[in-house]
Amino acid sequence: MNRTIALWLFVGLLGFCVLPWYVLDDGLWSFEWLTDGYPFDTDYAPALFLLLQGEKLWLSPVPVLLSLPLLGIVLSKLIPTRPRLLGQILCLAGALGLAYMLAQGFAIGIRGWNSELLVQAFGELGDRQFGFGYGAMLVCISFLFFLTTGIAARGAVNGDVFIVGAIGFVIALVGMFILFPVLNMLSSAVQDGDGNYSFGIFFSKLFSSKIWGLHCLTENRSCGVAWNSLVLALCVGALTTLLGLVFALVATRSGMRQAHLLRPLTVLPIITPPFVIGLAIILLFGLSGAVTTFVADLLGINPTRWVYGLPGILIAQLLSFTPIAFLVLIGVVEGVAPSMEEASQTLRATRWQTFRTVSLPLMRPGIANAFLLGFIESMADFGNPLVLGGNYDVLSTEIFFAIVGAQNDQGQAAVLAIVLLIFTLSAFYAQRRWLGKKSYTTQTGKGDSGIPAVLPRRVLIPSYILVSIWSIFTIVVYGMIFYGGFVEIWGLDHSITLKHYITAFGVTMTDNGLHFRGSAWDSFWTTLRIAATAAPLTAAVGLVTAYLLVRQDFAAKNAFEFGTMLSFAIPGTVIGVAYIMAFNVPPIELTGTGVILVLSFIFRNMPVGIRAGVASMSQLDKSLDEASLTLGANTWRTFREIILPLMKPAILAALVFSFVRAMTAISAVIFLVSAEHNMATSYIIGRVENNDYGIAIAYSTTLIVVMLVVVLVMQLLVGKSKVGRRVAQKITPTV
Amino acid sequence: MKIKTYLGAALVSIAAVANGNAVAAEKLTYYCSAQEDWCQLMATGFEEATGIKVNMTRKSSGETLAQIKAEASNPKGDIWWGGTGDPHLQAAEEGLTEVYESPMRGELHPWAIAQAESGGNATIGIYSGALGYGYNEEVLKANNLPVPACWKDLLKPEYKGHVQMANPNSSGTAYTTLATIVQLFGEEEGFEFMKGLHKNINQYTKSGSAPIKAAARGENTIGIVFMHDAVKQAATGFPIKVVAPCEGTGYEIGGMSIVKGARNPENAQKFYDWALSADVQSRSLEVKAYQVMSNKTAESSPLAPDLSKLTLIDYDFKKYGSKAERSRLLKKWDDEVSVLSQ
Repeated sequence: MNRTIALWLFVGLLGFCVLPWYVLDDGLWSFEWLTDGYPFDTDYAPALFLLLQGEKLWLSPVPVLLSLPLLGIVLSKLIPTRPRLLGQILCLAGALGLAYMLAQGFAIGIRGWNSELLVQAFGELGDRQFGFGYGAMLVCISFLFFLTTGIAARGAVNGDVFIVGAIGFVIALVGMFILFPVLNMLSSAVQDGDGNYSFGIFFSKLFSSKIWGLHCLTENRSCGVAWNSLVLALCVGALTTLLGLVFALVATRSGMRQAHLLRPLTVLPIITPPFVIGLAIILLFGLSGAVTTFVADLLGINPTRWVYGLPGILIAQLLSFTPIAFLVLIGVVEGVAPSMEEASQTLRATRWQTFRTVSLPLMRPGIANAFLLGFIESMADFGNPLVLGGNYDVLSTEIFFAIVGAQNDQGQAAVLAIVLLIFTLSAFYAQRRWLGKKSYTTQTGKGDSGIPAVLPRRVLIPSYILVSIWSIFTIVVYGMIFYGGFVEIWGLDHSITLKHYITAFGVTMTDNGLHFRGSAWDSFWTTLRIAATAAPLTAAVGLVTAYLLVRQDFAAKNAFEFGTMLSFAIPGTVIGVAYIMAFNVPPIELTGTGVILVLSFIFRNMPVGIRAGVASMSQLDKSLDEASLTLGANTWRTFREIILPLMKPAILAALVFSFVRAMTAISAVIFLVSAEHNMATSYIIGRVENNDYGIAIAYSTTLIVVMLVVVLVMQLLVGKSKVGRRVAQKITPTV
Repeated sequence: MKIKTYLGAALVSIAAVANGNAVAAEKLTYYCSAQEDWCQLMATGFEEATGIKVNMTRKSSGETLAQIKAEASNPKGDIWWGGTGDPHLQAAEEGLTEVYESPMRGELHPWAIAQAESGGNATIGIYSGALGYGYNEEVLKANNLPVPACWKDLLKPEYKGHVQMANPNSSGTAYTTLATIVQLFGEEEGFEFMKGLHKNINQYTKSGSAPIKAAARGENTIGIVFMHDAVKQAATGFPIKVVAPCEGTGYEIGGMSIVKGARNPENAQKFYDWALSADVQSRSLEVKAYQVMSNKTAESSPLAPDLSKLTLIDYDFKKYGSKAERSRLLKKWDDEVSVLSQ
């Protein structure tokens, strides 16, 4: 216990006395400050030096609170009759310290007091402060862990310092990077342009006919955006689930030899950058698209712009999101125990009866999950509606244009975001209700020697047809994408050229070595760097949270789980807007940095890391942990040496997913990119806007290849981990 | 475990190669609202001319205004170059940009100076372009449509479903169109025109030049855009014909402004003066930007529409660039035009 306190005390003092207190102008990794007036220059000074020079005096309570734990240790030595004293003092120091740090951070900003009320109460401050830098961050962290150590000392979770610390840390992260920005943004929905609160404006915006109008039923014009989004998302959810189910059935239960070829086909759309599929669809089905003109010639009618609007978005989203449904459902379909189906057939049910009354109901959790994923992905999708939407406006694009358009209305964006959130959260809730408390368990500890039932004919034949059509369609679309990168001007001049690749990725040898001349290199390296940074962090946060959820019991665990899964239901556009509103001003000043991109990826993708971790951890018998604990290891050591090595597949799944997502995400990214940190996807949008399809497609193809390589490398590593497991078992007895 | 470490190390080292900008140097954060290749040309050109490192972000003028507004209490940008003048004027009106009188002013066209004066010298004109429309010859022929020549031609019922313009709520180009029509025909008749046009519109796009790009690719027939955007598509090789409407037309003046509270104000001024010089402005032809440049001696392309031969209205930038008039017109368009059935 005392060693833990000493550690965090050291961290806190390091932050207070040694490191620059405020955020540095030149970014986290610049070390100019070391040579440029440190430690006396007030831009770079640690808090201790600031106070000694009589600056920023409102920081003076911080060292007092920071040294309270020392007092606690001394007192608890002096008064051994009161063993709980140390815990109480730690809690007090941690809670007060955190509260004070946040209070002063929010109260005093770049223009002195942040609110009129404070000016009236204390008078003009005549001073100002920037955002938290290294020093302030470390002090906050040390206060946080004082608090958790104190709570542990008072006996929470069996007094386990590591567990309480981990819970506190995850709560702090979720609070800071999900709850705070989202609530902050929602509060701007009830403000008018000048920052005054007004519920009248809020309600008139929320119930405006632009959002909820039903004109499309009676007149020839578009309905409100909310209905548009809802109809689209319901269609996409239902159809992706159906297609995914069909695929999963064909892949596992048809006996079709080529079924294994489905898997690579389904991976492709997941690693495809946004817009690309939309562009290919325009070239196929647009007014002058190949298919449209062919059919129009055949029937002797005028080609139309039928694809712009609901049909186009629907086709593009089905192509993009069916693979996700497939990946969810294949696990479930494989998991249905064959012996149950055999029992049904023994009882003289036909194949169709068995399928309808036994197999299908057992797949319900998978179906519900797949539908939910399709629904939310469709609601949040940004690229496809932008390219193919026509006059069919949806919430995600309207949010974007409320902010960037000429109307420039953050309140309107926040109102639309609220509507979007209500939809996604209701879907989340409905899914839970539908699954209810029924048991879907079919796998028990006993082995199952049954053989999966072959599909009934009336399911099998339509399935084959659907799968073939979809596969051919996917191959055609990707063929076109690949081809489009190599032609002069897509749709006009089809002479083969490499110029798009050269413009984007040209490299020249000069006397000074390699020179990356291509216009895409900058964003390419930034994207790789940010994706590679975000992936391991996402996996780490996700797995630690999963460990807490599966292996530990603590108060308010349900609320904790909800909080960590919340970001899953928040569409990227909303996160993007919320981040830029929350993190542009002190105390946390992140806009324009790479850090804000990394953070947005971590918290957007964390739920997947958690799910992967929960699934794989549930398969590990708790007796392994107990054996380790009995042999005297603490929870941290058990986690590190027993659990982690056995979870390699889950770790890699989380790594792959978050890496790929970081490379292809657009909805949040578009708000957060900056001059120095431009991402590949936002570069691609720029080219698409400029009618420069060639470079956009050449770049996308390159990204697809890069991601394929990364995914393949990671899959090789999954193969290795099985060997690793045997090694892990050898080590286990010696612990 | 080891392999993973190596992989991580490899990625990190790749990243490190790309991140060779640790050395502190003179720098300039540059927001650009013109087309990407032009933005790039300006950035690299300035780097080569001065050795100052330029960090560029390209966003539309609406997006950039939103960003500068969001960052107002803690500005990150230094200079904002390109994009229609209205958002620049709006920024000047809201005190987001810095007053600066460049020594280059003597070399500029009077309209560029007039633009500066209506923004209280917190912005300046760098190029100008007239509004018009373009059509795709092949699609027009395939549909047996007559060749349009005036604004009012676009109201003919045979063009139903063939005309595209941007949504004035999201695009500066489309707002200029709305303001032009109102100034050309008077407010009442102007709105009648917009209502008639609404019946023929197949899509209100989000971005200003999207209608002509769609027309270029045969996804649309007629696109209402700035003429230089249409000329560019024609010059690329698409079957686009450019029309200067017979009744006369409005125009935009592309703006440049220095962000108030910029972190590198001297470099921003250096860029400002440099960007107004004739040599630099002549280079716009390299990227097929066919606007008329503000420096009197800058070269222009024979393809570029000659502003002196067009019937230009006396566009009131001060009035129609102001926030109040803008919100009023947009609201009226929203309430009276966009709600009609098509």
